[in-house]
Amino acid sequence: MLHQAIANAPTVFEGTANTIAVIVLLLEFGMLRAALLRAQVQLYAVQSLAVSVLAVVVAAGRGIPELYVLAGLSFVLKAVIVPIVVLRLLRDARADIAGSGALGVASEVVLSIVVAAFGFFAFGALGITSKALPTTSLSLSAAVILVSFMLMILRRDVVSQAIGFFSLENGISMASLVVAAGMPLILEVAFLFDLLVAVVVFGVLMRVHHGQSNSLSTVHLDRLRG
Amino acid sequence: MTVMLVLLVTVPLAMTLLSLVLPRRVTAGATVVAGIASFGFAVALVPVAEHGTVHAVGYLRADALSVVFVLATAFLYATTSIYSVGYFGEQARETRRAGGGAERQFRRYSMRFYVGFNAFAWSMLCAPLVNGLALLWVAIEITTVVSALLVALDRTDQATEAAWKYVLIASSGLGIALLATIMLYYAGARVLGDSYDLAFDPLLAVAKHLPTVPVQLAFGLAVIGFGTKVGLFPVHTWLPDAHAEAPTPISILLSGALLGTSFYAIIRYYQIAVGTLGPAFPRTILAVFGVLSLLLAALYLFGQRNIKRMLAYSSVEHMGILAIAMSFGAPLALAGLLLHVLGHATAKSTAFMGAGIFVHKYATKELGKMRGALNALPWSAPLFLIAVFALCALPPFGIFRSEFMIVFGGIQSAHGVIAAALVVLVTLAFFGLTLTTTRVLSEPAETAIPRGEPSVWMVIPMVLGLGALLMIGVHPPAELTALLQQGAAELAGSVR
Repeated sequence: MLHQAIANAPTVFEGTANTIAVIVLLLEFGMLRAALLRAQVQLYAVQSLAVSVLAVVVAAGRGIPELYVLAGLSFVLKAVIVPIVVLRLLRDARADIAGSGALGVASEVVLSIVVAAFGFFAFGALGITSKALPTTSLSLSAAVILVSFMLMILRRDVVSQAIGFFSLENGISMASLVVAAGMPLILEVAFLFDLLVAVVVFGVLMRVHHGQSNSLSTVHLDRLRG
Repeated sequence: MTVMLVLLVTVPLAMTLLSLVLPRRVTAGATVVAGIASFGFAVALVPVAEHGTVHAVGYLRADALSVVFVLATAFLYATTSIYSVGYFGEQARETRRAGGGAERQFRRYSMRFYVGFNAFAWSMLCAPLVNGLALLWVAIEITTVVSALLVALDRTDQATEAAWKYVLIASSGLGIALLATIMLYYAGARVLGDSYDLAFDPLLAVAKHLPTVPVQLAFGLAVIGFGTKVGLFPVHTWLPDAHAEAPTPISILLSGALLGTSFYAIIRYYQIAVGTLGPAFPRTILAVFGVLSLLLAALYLFGQRNIKRMLAYSSVEHMGILAIAMSFGAPLALAGLLLHVLGHATAKSTAFMGAGIFVHKYATKELGKMRGALNALPWSAPLFLIAVFALCALPPFGIFRSEFMIVFGGIQSAHGVIAAALVVLVTLAFFGLTLTTTRVLSEPAETAIPRGEPSVWMVIPMVLGLGALLMIGVHPPAELTALLQQGAAELAGSVR
């Protein structure tokens, strides 16, 4: 009995990978309730750092040297440049984005837990396995992706919505570490470059929005309908 | 012929960079030249693509399917660049007279417009020509970010709102499409080895051996993800806002070219999904999305008071028709689909050009206030009405021919019920689109409106568009027919 349990226990590699994936998910939940513009961006930076670390773990554990390059690039881009760009573009905005939730914080979190659980178990049931990372990491990234959608839906301020999109991309990066770890570097770099362009455009539009309405809220963006 | 491929993706890019430095009028003229040249390159590809696939520099690939979409985009690039000359003509003259700050401001605005316009056309020409699903995703994401900035160009509150909704919804959709790309990579890695570049031909060649669950997942995610950009129900919500609030030349490209280009991405996933899963699963998904989009659009067309929103909902309708045509799967319906891409591009662009002239003349987007347009605008109003009738599939225009082929293909392939639904809903849309427009435009105006067109440069592209539409409706050139047949054969999977 004990022997069997030991045989089934996850290896150090799997344990580390899953722990990092759980941290990424918890940070996503943190964004759901962040009350300050700066806190929101910092949470995203830390999440990007966690995803980069996961890439290093896979690179070392599975011997895929290209992933070191990817980890380095994604760290520089997503944990350093993107947060700086967003904060610079919004340097004259008010710091406070609390109270932009469509529901109370508690209901938002409970709802998101339900959604995350759905994503986790639904992806777990698909039977997709990979050599690079345990399937649990894939299920966790599905949960991250769904919670990032909740973030975009439930928070009514441009910063949270933009960060929701950026963290959606983090969730997809994590999923791609599981199922597409061998993807050629050039494609990964193309994706990252694309993200950078998107970030700049999001930033510019956030700035235009702020310049026009002097707020970060999206509540009054309801003129166009029908 | 590889030269043409390379030119198609370099000339618009060069024009984008030139727009940053050239003076305003030179930029406008050079953009027209670049647009017409691009269309020329696309036409030159037709005779080659009907016999097989062309490759260039490793990353470019053109077959009959991609050339159809390139033709549509390049044609609109050319005509819209002509239209833009007239669209900004009056403003340019006024600000030059005013001089000083106003002139500087307009110059900056115009520079931004032309940089974005050329970059937008470039990204849409690249999407069907890149070899590989990863690069395809990258190209489509670039179309999103460039066009979102263009939607916000006018800096009104409405434009900002539309741009924000557009960039957020479309980017999230493309996030889902990226997940689809990665799932397909996973499926392909089972057969092609851990590291490969998602190039199209190898993937299609091994489609039979891919694992089913990841491919099902990838196809479903791709339809939702790229479908967001196509404007399929229920992820179409950004579309009417962006189309209505963008400057008219951008509305033309969004509606006529961008939606089709995004649909091209779904076509590629469809080809692989059919290879792996057989036709039933992908066709069912497309039929559901298609019928629902068509139904929603037909209902929204009634009582639509904003002329540009009305045309935007008509785009949702036509994208629904494309999805339905693909779900039929019969070669005739597929050839009809490809013809419909061309027909929709020419007809919708002409209608939007007309709408842009009305908005200019009446200084409002409210359809109800455009009384007497047939009298006040002796050229553009009749041309607009003809384009609207063409959009409703009236003969002798291209859309009549394409929808006829689609419906007939549906009956042939024993999809009689869906084909009947298609006919009913298209008829419903016909009334929604034509009742108000014909009545309002022909009613006498309450106050006298000076008769005359704002600019001849805005009328010429309308004539060109309707001319092309008439040609593909009455007597399509033999080369084009061969291209469509080859494309349909590729789509049906009988060409490898």
